[in-house]
Amino acid sequence: MNREFIKSSVKWGVSKEGYFGDFGGAYIPEMLYPNVEELRKRYLDIIYEPGFQDEFQMLLRDYVGRPSPLFHAERLSAKYGTTIYLKREDLNHTGAHKINNTIGQILLAERLGKKRIIAETGAGQHGVATATVCALKGLECVVYMGEVDIARQAPNVARMKMMGAKVVPATSGSKTLKDATNEAMRDWINNPVDTHYIIGSVVGPHPYPDMVSRFQSIISEETKLQLMERTGSENPDIVIACVGGGSNAMGMFYHFLDDEDVRLIAVEAAGLGVNSGESAATTALGKEGVLHGSRSILMQTEDGQVIEPYSISAGLDYPGIGPQHAHLFKENRGEYVSATDEEAMIAGRLCAELEGIIPAIESAHALAHLEKMVFTGKESVVICLSGRGDKDLDTYMNYFNL
Amino acid sequence: MNRLNKLFQDKKDALLSIYFTAGYPNLNSTLDITEAVEKAGADFIEIGFPYSDPLADGPVIQHSSHIALQNGMNLKVLFQQLKDLRKRVSIPVLLMGYVNPVLQYGVANFCDSCSEVGVDGVIVPDLPMYEYENLYKDNFIKNKLSNIFLVTPQTSEERIRKIDHLSNGFIYLLSSSSTTGKNLTVSNEADAYFSRIRDMQLKNPTMIGFGISDVKSFNKAAEYTRGAIVGSAFVKFLDTENAMERIPEFIRSIRP
Ligand SMILES: Cc1ncc(COP(=O)(O)O)c(C=O)c1O
Repeated sequence: MNREFIKSSVKWGVSKEGYFGDFGGAYIPEMLYPNVEELRKRYLDIIYEPGFQDEFQMLLRDYVGRPSPLFHAERLSAKYGTTIYLKREDLNHTGAHKINNTIGQILLAERLGKKRIIAETGAGQHGVATATVCALKGLECVVYMGEVDIARQAPNVARMKMMGAKVVPATSGSKTLKDATNEAMRDWINNPVDTHYIIGSVVGPHPYPDMVSRFQSIISEETKLQLMERTGSENPDIVIACVGGGSNAMGMFYHFLDDEDVRLIAVEAAGLGVNSGESAATTALGKEGVLHGSRSILMQTEDGQVIEPYSISAGLDYPGIGPQHAHLFKENRGEYVSATDEEAMIAGRLCAELEGIIPAIESAHALAHLEKMVFTGKESVVICLSGRGDKDLDTYMNYFNL
Repeated sequence: MNRLNKLFQDKKDALLSIYFTAGYPNLNSTLDITEAVEKAGADFIEIGFPYSDPLADGPVIQHSSHIALQNGMNLKVLFQQLKDLRKRVSIPVLLMGYVNPVLQYGVANFCDSCSEVGVDGVIVPDLPMYEYENLYKDNFIKNKLSNIFLVTPQTSEERIRKIDHLSNGFIYLLSSSSTTGKNLTVSNEADAYFSRIRDMQLKNPTMIGFGISDVKSFNKAAEYTRGAIVGSAFVKFLDTENAMERIPEFIRSIRP
């Protein structure tokens, strides 16, 4: 057994009770308890089985195409006057980081003897990544997706269907990611025995936030090796990632958490502006509370009702963040900032023009933060390019009249 | 001992509890419905306080919660409305809802407010046992509030024992693992589950909820437990014509 595999930070990792500082836990109705408890009891043992690790690593290599390149973006570097690397999660099979997690969870679901998989999706990337691994393993797949997102991410809906998944519209609330998550949880309540819920981000009741960040930690594990090879030092000065629920960011931060001279920057979606009333900038607008089974920071009214978020990017259109992010934010280990729709769209286009890479609009939020930073020229910066922009072409076309 | 404990101690017949959402159909209907339900003969009442993301609820209670929020219902308004509760209603009253509004109101404040207006118990399905026991229990006990836990067919015996130990009112049995508003499954499995719980000889009485909608499902519940809770069926009924006048008729359709 290889206990070095996906080592957890003692200081920033999860406690025995499922908390990151004040955040986390499992605030779930009894109907969800047996499934979540089974997962809690078994996830680490299963992950640490040698057979699991072998299959996980084989699939990441031969199916996903890992390691994903760490690309020195020279023209972006020249523009901003420092050394910028892009961690190319967009080159993964299915086009985003989401598949790192779904590969891990499908192997886990198999070992738990589950026959049916459910998932929620916003941008459709997690839905596609789930439909993909279900096809790979021959398991039934049901994906919940907000009606609004079904309309704005049509290509991904078609991809899911093509791989045999059933896409169910979520029609309550803002008809986006939050509501799709509610529907997926309701499905799990009504199917308590044969179903595994593959949550797509570092949210949900314990052990999901810890489990998903472990599966995504491959991003920073590879980055360290690649930087070492390239520069002789495994740490950059700064890493930047966008945050919806926070899974690509947790993966990007994971192995740097204990290296406290590495600055961790998390970029949330400000929508039309943090104070415009149309925003998804959770740390700026939110307060502590419980959403989707864990205590974290969420956008809510004084009365504790969840506020509908807004972002041009479906994957960041979520009113909360994962509990570990809430902890990193509160303890000032991470810098939580935001970028507006406009800033992200401009940054996305710039990346396309300067590097020949069309980023997902989610990832473009991380790129947008470069504009607001001041560099000496000596820094090395790694940006998590969490996904590719193919799914967003309609939005880019409308925005720029292409 | 609160009103709820006394009810379970004194009354021998099958008990009927009615759930509805505060502020639905109208903001100010809460107390009128409570009073009418008592007059019609129900034994106790669960008043739901609405939440924007009711993930354990089916379409009927999702809808009533949504309308109630639109009508302006929240915990502050509810406690204001309940100021005259004990002038008008004498049967036990419980509040039921999700944990986040309670956290924002403050758990200690919430328990104090419950006791001030004469509420006897609380059902918060997504408040975990661990947090209840370690952080909040004292507030409940100080205010003589019964905290009600849920049990499903998948809940382990060990956990049921622990729930029994922490409970001081009744234990809420779900007929099956489901969101609210599904019909009670009358099956051999359900029978086996109900008799398994009965044979555990718990210190707390049990009630069956979720999916009770008629005489048949009510009688089924009463066969194994102290009675049943009707929620979605009543909330749906409130949407029909002249519902307020016809509440006695509704109660009779469950328990003739
Ligand atoms: C490309 C891409 N990046 C980022 C996200 C946001 O999710 P997370 O914050 O969990 O990485 C999504 C979600 O759909 C996505 O598709």
